[in-house]
Amino acid sequence: MSVSTVEALAEQKYKYGFTTEIAMEEFPRGLSEEIVRLISARKGEPDWMLEWRLKAYALWRKMEEPDWARIKHPPIDYDDLYYYAAPAAPAPKSLDEVDPELLKTYEKLGIPLNERAALAGVAVDAVFDSVSVATTFRETLSKAGVIFCPISEAVREHPELVRQYLGTVVPAADNFFAALNSAVFSDGSFVYIPKGVRCPMELSTYFRINARNTGQFERTLIIADDEATVSYLEGCTAPMRDENQLHAAVVELVALEGAKIKYSTVQNWYPGDEQGRGGIYNFVTKRGACRGRNSKISWTQVETGSAITWKYPSCILQGEGSVGEFYSVALTNNFQQADTGTKMIHLGRNTTSTIISKGISAGHSNNTYRGLVKIMAGAQGARNFTQCDSLLIGDQCGAHTVPYIESRNASAKVEHEATTSKIAEDQLFYCRSRGLSQEDAVGLIVNGFCKDVLKELPMEFAVEAQKLLSVSLEGSVG
Amino acid sequence: MLEIKNLHARIGEKEILKGVNLSIPDGQIHAIMGPNGAGKSTLSYVLSGRDGYEVTEGEVLYNGANILEMAPEDRAIAGIFLAFQYPVELPGVGNANFLRTALNAIRRKRGQEELDAVAFLKLARAVVKSLHMKEDFLKRNVNVGFSGGEKKRNEMLQMTLLQPGLAILDETDSGLDIDALKIVADGVNALRSEKFSALVITHYQRLLDHIIPDMVHVLAGGRIVRSGSAALALELEEHGYAGLEAA
Repeated sequence: MSVSTVEALAEQKYKYGFTTEIAMEEFPRGLSEEIVRLISARKGEPDWMLEWRLKAYALWRKMEEPDWARIKHPPIDYDDLYYYAAPAAPAPKSLDEVDPELLKTYEKLGIPLNERAALAGVAVDAVFDSVSVATTFRETLSKAGVIFCPISEAVREHPELVRQYLGTVVPAADNFFAALNSAVFSDGSFVYIPKGVRCPMELSTYFRINARNTGQFERTLIIADDEATVSYLEGCTAPMRDENQLHAAVVELVALEGAKIKYSTVQNWYPGDEQGRGGIYNFVTKRGACRGRNSKISWTQVETGSAITWKYPSCILQGEGSVGEFYSVALTNNFQQADTGTKMIHLGRNTTSTIISKGISAGHSNNTYRGLVKIMAGAQGARNFTQCDSLLIGDQCGAHTVPYIESRNASAKVEHEATTSKIAEDQLFYCRSRGLSQEDAVGLIVNGFCKDVLKELPMEFAVEAQKLLSVSLEGSVG
Repeated sequence: MLEIKNLHARIGEKEILKGVNLSIPDGQIHAIMGPNGAGKSTLSYVLSGRDGYEVTEGEVLYNGANILEMAPEDRAIAGIFLAFQYPVELPGVGNANFLRTALNAIRRKRGQEELDAVAFLKLARAVVKSLHMKEDFLKRNVNVGFSGGEKKRNEMLQMTLLQPGLAILDETDSGLDIDALKIVADGVNALRSEKFSALVITHYQRLLDHIIPDMVHVLAGGRIVRSGSAALALELEEHGYAGLEAA
């Protein structure tokens, strides 16, 4: 027993690391206009969608990978990746037609797709590598007028909605990974909540990477029409593999007048092993636009997985009185790297934003909060409150806070608070002298540190997230 | 029964305890007094298993088991409770959650049934009431924003709930006003039974007006230099510790 040398070295137990044996269809390696055309054709897309992709592809070809984040990795060979992988069998029309191997996979992950066994009150869209394999509770939802389907289906069935909103929050030219995603995205979820409708259940997408050497590029678009309300949750896992895999997703949210969108993420992609081999590169662009008056977008994320996380869920606060929130827990252990935070762009009058970020670093990991609060000239009476707390476990890890504040309106109020602390030995000893094991003590202290964020998660997932935090830190104190 | 035999301990190169001998039979309360730097806190930390103290000689048996080989949590499970001189803050950790986790960890290890949230709250509320504390104690975060007196009361709440066989109070009275002092004393006195013993470490005599000890020991220079009845505390109050170290 040596509490005095608090070190983060032990193996992390990742229980989602299995692979599924299933016949797959893959396109040839590498990216070209031809591959973009192939993906579009495979999806049976209309011409406008193909044109949109090709434009994005042309933009991407001229762009450079961003280098400003505090992350390090060997160069990614984009010509060596597969850009499309899907179960070979034709797309299932109903749950009864879904390959039993796939159903088993999701069951193992704790996401039963059988509606009778499903989590009460949660509709799930399951995305396996490049395609959506099942969406539950579609009938219940359609009775309320809610559209919840794979985005590939929305492109065909609801083109007017997709054309009106796709790429309006995150344009293809936004950044390197957004352009790449726009060119090759293969699936993801589409949600439309009509005027005045409160979505009758939680919506959830479960992303699973299975195929080797394959990038996953999903695209999610959520539109909440006037006075509509929706709560959406995404979860992610991947097998344990020695090589790194790329995940470059784009999520766009649109909230119209009085609409409320709550978007929660429990990100548990494979983080790599204790030597830092393997793991997912999670390079994701997430942004929401509060277009209508008094609209609200709330991001909550618990990020424990991935070798590298590069992710800044943001809000554009355009509508008068609109509200943006960002609640984040980012935990890194072993050799994980996270550079994550948010952007709150205040355009409208009396807009408010809240940022609560909790970073936990253990092992040899590096954890950076990077955030921008921008008050534009027209944002009379805008307010922001930011709190960034970092917790260090051991003495080999790093925590960094990089806040940017730009204000062009003198009436704006911006507050920023930041703390950095270590799990103190006397805290551990105090807990242990009351009968708690060392690991229970660390779990208790870390969960206490994250409480302000965890309480924002939907109830069913808050419990899951608490367990995940403890598991991800297993052996980090020894 | 606690038996401390020829206990030597050091921090780094500095020897603090230089052969402590002490036995506390079940049902008795013993007080340890002594000047600053005598090794009082070191003794309490060595008994409860804090890191950074090296035992170089001697042994400590509790109910016949050598506790020096046990992790701190196992000592708690064996029935030893340390009331801290400076209770530690745990931000974001609710007091009720902390107490229930601790109580259930101990119950689990002892092969007793764990308490669910409802059963626990019922028990905790009764204890809070018996200690004349406000119920919002259970809702607040562990020791965060507590006054000095509140922190000590919280220690008594924990002690009463965990029902230890041996309580070690490490200068629990320091910095307390007379009302808070009484609460600490009431907490200990309420536990008095044939199965309960306590080691009360204090610099001042005044706590011993409220917790009448069976024996008083003087620790000076890393050794017990005098032992006596409760009257010894009064004598020390009058004459101080001067000259005892040489004795």
